[in-house]
Amino acid sequence: MLLARGHFGELIAAAAILWAAAASAEPDRARLADLVIQDCGSCHGLTLKGGLGRPLTPEALSGLSHDNIRDIILDGLPGTPMPPWRPLLSERDAEAIADMLKSGKVP
Amino acid sequence: MISRRHLLAAAPLAAALPLSSAPAAAAPAALRGTGDLGIVIERAAGSVLIVETTGRSILARVEGLGDLSHASVVFSRDERFAYVFGRDGGLTKIDMLEGRIAARVVQGGNAIGGAISDDGKLVAVSNYEPGGVRIFDADTLKMVADIPAVAANGVTSKTVGLVDIPGRTFVYTLYDPGEIWRVHVPETGAPVITKLPGVGKLPYDANVTTDGRHYFAGLFGEDGVVHVDLWREPLKAERVLDGYGRGQTPLPVYKMPHFEGWGATQGQLFLPAVGRDEVIVIDNASLKEVGRVALQGQPVFAVARPDGRHVWVNYAHPKNGVIEVIDTMSLKVIRRLEPGPAVLHLEFTPRGHEVWVSARDADAVIIYDAATFAEKARIKAAKPSGIFFTHRAHLIGR
Repeated sequence: MLLARGHFGELIAAAAILWAAAASAEPDRARLADLVIQDCGSCHGLTLKGGLGRPLTPEALSGLSHDNIRDIILDGLPGTPMPPWRPLLSERDAEAIADMLKSGKVP
Repeated sequence: MISRRHLLAAAPLAAALPLSSAPAAAAPAALRGTGDLGIVIERAAGSVLIVETTGRSILARVEGLGDLSHASVVFSRDERFAYVFGRDGGLTKIDMLEGRIAARVVQGGNAIGGAISDDGKLVAVSNYEPGGVRIFDADTLKMVADIPAVAANGVTSKTVGLVDIPGRTFVYTLYDPGEIWRVHVPETGAPVITKLPGVGKLPYDANVTTDGRHYFAGLFGEDGVVHVDLWREPLKAERVLDGYGRGQTPLPVYKMPHFEGWGATQGQLFLPAVGRDEVIVIDNASLKEVGRVALQGQPVFAVARPDGRHVWVNYAHPKNGVIEVIDTMSLKVIRRLEPGPAVLHLEFTPRGHEVWVSARDADAVIIYDAATFAEKARIKAAKPSGIFFTHRAHLIGR
């Protein structure tokens, strides 16, 4: 228990540093696009056409609203491997990613 | 006759020969073995590097392989051909001596890896879309069997954890319904399938020990691991490491751990835990936990040096710029290395004197002396991910 807490605390601390740099600024779209392609891509495919995770193309996401997508990014989908990204991303970051996915414009 | 596409390494020698040299005199310069060759995946560019580990150099780059995220490779028995499994369903056979594509098919919509049979004649591919497993003639890449993964409940499933075991046989796991299947492909006649239903929730990856006996599947939806003893008939799936999380809430998992290349040493396996900053050590005979090693982050690959003395570990986002080395006698981390941002994979040379590490965001493969941990060389590669050396050709399940 202590171990898990300790490490989670570290994660939060690391995230806080990221936030400190990004909180007042506009989301860094280049960094977020890279995150979407490389890190979301580990499960959803580099081209976002799906993998262990579902496809994230605009067609595949047509049943979800922008806000739904933002919330799934931030809080994950319990019972599935989709993790909550709240420790690593701000709400504005998640909004920006939801925009990219809905529009299909991930640079 | 020397091909125009002969290996780059041979070029300087060949060029130094006078043009009037008889072909017989030039030919030896182009000859080489393949035991020190390998493939480095350049995941974003859809290309691979053919590398050699003696001089630590790139011999050729082969392009046009499609989406190579999560790509993996198996090798022909003669260690001349590499079969590359791409994410977009592409199966590409590369002639490593000629540095070119020998055959290529796009066999599915979305794939996750493959295996080659013990006789070298069959290449099997595990698919997410359309699901199931397809088996190809290793020579021509013509399909010889299409085995949809339709579970007991009628659902078509993604397949994961595909491995080869002796006797033209493959074992794999159905992710969605939680089943494990064994498929034997006889020389003539239909494949013979043995199914183990209801093994657990969301088995996301699996692997087999190099004796082809113990198949383990990691579960995402439950706190445990599934074991099948492939030497005991009838096959039976049993749960091991039940409740290894000790009731703690798992951490968010930003990259799924992989069983490929797990640390196997002295009858023990080092398994990356899901949602925990540790590897769990289990004894192959008793299937009981015998230890844990606390780590700096969530492990993705835990790979044993070929002699088993050390296990090298890489990590999930966001703490993925680090490698830690575990001493397998003391179960302590004895070294921390920072090869570069986003370390995705590592591969030891056949007897483990060196290890190649891909650092995606450094666009580099870093080569370490596996005994002293000194950096020996650095090779430029475009967003490198998987690294695979030819000695896998002679290992069961690899």
